[in-house]
Amino acid sequence: MAFLFLIPAFVAFGAFSYWPMIRGLLISFQETNLVDPATWVGLDNFTALLRDPLLSTAIANTLLFVGLGLLIGFPAPLILATVMSTVRKGAGIYRFLVYLPVVIPPVVAILLWKWFYDPGHGLFNELLGLAGLGPFPWLESPRTAMLSLVIQSTWAWMGSTVLIYLAALVTIPAELYEAAQMDGASIARRLWHITLPQLRPTIGLLLLLQLVSTTQVFTEPYVFTDGGPENSTLTVLLLIFRYAFRDGDYGQAAALAFLLAIFLGLLSTIYLRATRSWSSA
Amino acid sequence: MSLISHVEERRPAVRAAVRTVQWLTLAVLAVIGIGPLYMTVKGAVSPATDLIAEPLQLWPGDPRPENFGTAWNDLGIGHYLLNTLQVVGGSWAVQLVVAVTAGYALSVLRPRLGTVIYGAILATMFVPYTVSMTSLFLTIIDLGLVDSYWAIWLPAGASAFNVLLAKRFFDALPPELFAAARVDGANSWQLLTRIVLPMSRPILAVISLIAIMHSWKDFIWPLVAITDPAKQPISVALATLADQAPQDILIASMAMALAPPVLLFLVFQKYVVAGLGFTGVKG
Repeated sequence: MAFLFLIPAFVAFGAFSYWPMIRGLLISFQETNLVDPATWVGLDNFTALLRDPLLSTAIANTLLFVGLGLLIGFPAPLILATVMSTVRKGAGIYRFLVYLPVVIPPVVAILLWKWFYDPGHGLFNELLGLAGLGPFPWLESPRTAMLSLVIQSTWAWMGSTVLIYLAALVTIPAELYEAAQMDGASIARRLWHITLPQLRPTIGLLLLLQLVSTTQVFTEPYVFTDGGPENSTLTVLLLIFRYAFRDGDYGQAAALAFLLAIFLGLLSTIYLRATRSWSSA
Repeated sequence: MSLISHVEERRPAVRAAVRTVQWLTLAVLAVIGIGPLYMTVKGAVSPATDLIAEPLQLWPGDPRPENFGTAWNDLGIGHYLLNTLQVVGGSWAVQLVVAVTAGYALSVLRPRLGTVIYGAILATMFVPYTVSMTSLFLTIIDLGLVDSYWAIWLPAGASAFNVLLAKRFFDALPPELFAAARVDGANSWQLLTRIVLPMSRPILAVISLIAIMHSWKDFIWPLVAITDPAKQPISVALATLADQAPQDILIASMAMALAPPVLLFLVFQKYVVAGLGFTGVKG
């Protein structure tokens, strides 16, 4: 009887989660073009993949996005949440404002920012121009395009991270702060010796989640720049998308996806190891 | 919430410093939260010439609300919004059905191998669907679902996080109630519809909000699965229209595309903030 209730889950997870995973593994060793029957080709897809000069470009770009995302996007929500946790009256308005960008559909947000980034009449260059700065090329130069993507992406996703930090900050026992204060610890010392260590599990988890999600960045480079200029924003997922849905080379797309899955799996494994050693320490 | 204590806050120097930081933060949040929305509304009613000649003006001298009508009729924004509504509605229904039935079976009915099945469901959280997107597309072709909204609705159901939320909530319901209902002769279906579901409104609301927001924001899968331009949801359509439409009409379209989720957030913000802040990460 219980199995009747599990049928929807079996269908959803079986057909649309497990089967595509297994199949992805299979077709990465096959030649598939949707017309002829698939044929086994061994490691051909992987060797073709490694011979594509765009692969190393895409990996380097993705790592740059991940790295800049950490540099810009990781400390900002932590600082914001800490400040917000000290607000006693009107905390709701802070939370409302910080989450507002998250509810804007990503494509709309990106098109909006594309307009702001416009080197000619965009909002950003006009505003910076008032201060005598610029004009900056933003999305139009290979040197600044990826940075522009990261800034927008940080703005778009920060709100949900802030709320998770806030939820964790609330659970820190007040006695810890009181005891430290009686011992004469300054606000800065309390922040360093109580708040940060107490947040460590949350920081670790959000770090993993950010790494996993930024490694799969797609919508930003696709809508902002379509990988340009000069392939400077071509990311791994965008390359997978092009192999599959522009070139019709599903095998090579699956091969790259397979390597990406291994990389993401490694990240999660490292995280699990690290958290285990923390909790046993 | 007591990094800074009440006693400390009464000291003038500390108080001034804390207030300054808080007000500055509020100002920054207001600018980055409301600023872009304001610019969208302003841009939507601006003549195209103003967008180029005077990007910094606060409100156009000659506002053009008819831009909305032009976007609605000429670009078919109404049509695409209706498509999005169908995509979101179906994904929401499928996610609720899968989460409730699976959570109920695993938490209350507890079949043999239940823990194994639960583990297998949770394991899918480690493989994001973007990774198996290519083979998911081939699966959709095999099932003949390309250009059908079922291609979006059914895979949406495979959300392990929803199942986890539902199961955890059902786990916390009092088991005596289930035993009493059984004694009164209720079968599994009646137990679900008459006892469990009426008590589960809070978690159903949280799962619904997560499902609706997630599917409203999804882009890559609808882009892949719906190739017929007439059936595309608004996000996918906008990405294409961006290269063709005049700037002012495009901004009016964007204003209409972001209005529904922003209004929904205004109305339900308490639940969204509480639900997403405490239950996790999918936004």
